[in-house]
Amino acid sequence: MVLNISDLTIARGGIKVLEGVSFDLAPGGAIVLRGPNGIGKTTLLRTIAGLQPPHSGRVDADPDSLVYAGHSDGLKATLTVEENLVFWAQVFGKTDISQAIESFQMARLINRPAGMLSAGQKRRLGLARLLVTGRPVWILDEPTVSLDGDAVAMFASAVRAHLARGGAALIATHIDLGLPEAEVLEVGPFRARAAELDDFDEAFL
Amino acid sequence: MIALLIRDLRLAMRAGGGFGLGLAFFLIVVTLVPFGVGPQSELLARIAAGILWLGALLACLLSLDRILALDWEDGSLDLLATAPLPMEAIVSIKALAHWLTTGLPLVLFAPVFGLLMNLPEAGYKPLVLSLLLGTPALSVIGTFGAALTVGLKRGGLLLSLLVLPLYVPTLIFGAEMARRGVEGLDITTPLLMLAGITCGTIALLPFASAAVLKVNLR
Repeated sequence: MVLNISDLTIARGGIKVLEGVSFDLAPGGAIVLRGPNGIGKTTLLRTIAGLQPPHSGRVDADPDSLVYAGHSDGLKATLTVEENLVFWAQVFGKTDISQAIESFQMARLINRPAGMLSAGQKRRLGLARLLVTGRPVWILDEPTVSLDGDAVAMFASAVRAHLARGGAALIATHIDLGLPEAEVLEVGPFRARAAELDDFDEAFL
Repeated sequence: MIALLIRDLRLAMRAGGGFGLGLAFFLIVVTLVPFGVGPQSELLARIAAGILWLGALLACLLSLDRILALDWEDGSLDLLATAPLPMEAIVSIKALAHWLTTGLPLVLFAPVFGLLMNLPEAGYKPLVLSLLLGTPALSVIGTFGAALTVGLKRGGLLLSLLVLPLYVPTLIFGAEMARRGVEGLDITTPLLMLAGITCGTIALLPFASAAVLKVNLR
């Protein structure tokens, strides 16, 4: 198992949003998280990525195996596509960006400043970042926002290639990604029952 | 870590990066003060060291809210936090990049501005030395303030209010060192105090900055 979640309870602003979440992610496996807006998908993914501590329960994963991609792509508008990708590759101790460029068909845009890209192209660049990190477990929050049909297919094939290499992916999304092999996890049933405030100070943090 | 430093320096040089902003502000302050004080070169020489230090401090303050806020806005900070860099290293590099783009130019151009303020000849070396020793502390303390206010809308003003009192020791000893230099007195004591404050902040504050940043990213 590359990721093991057991009896995880997560909180947002001191209020429990999901409780008793348990699942396993195996190498080569993908899980798609589904649930209505505000249920806590993003909070769950941020907790798993280590950006916030769990309220209770355990997240078992090698922190050096995870890579997180949130709502924003973390791109610098004044750097070119290549500079953005090379930077993230270096941060993760890698140098090769050619595969990422190829997978998301960014070759024509390589010298363009990221600020000049369209919303969909920016997202593609943000997703290409996942490939340059070389990390096996992708934690993706709404990865297909502003992507067109072709780009979604591009993303699906990138995920499939990643799974074939023994990687794994945890994806929160509302659309059909065209990944029939992915297991679907409805987070609705894990909604925290009594949403009470248990730590007064926490509400102000 | 080097990649992050290079990226930050490159961003500072590109359009809207704010490189030279602090320097230009410093220049304007030291140009305005003689107008305010009037044509009294003797008085100007007496207050030169203090004004130059105050100007450097305010120029440094000007760019503090950019240290982390921009990275927070575009999501890079979240991604950096999950990258294999310790948070302490990230804030230290950010502070270093801020010093290289703001503090160091101020140090290098201080003699030119000293000329505008009619700084006595004996004062140049102590002034530059005091700025060289003191400005790194300004960047490190400023990064701590930026970490405290990251994510707050219009956090810049709050940042100034939080950071300025913390600048007081650096200002006192930095200006004192420059003043003693002007009057030809021994500068060892303020020099050691200033160096001590800077070393202390560089050693300890990155841990505090990293801790508050982790809380702010939740």
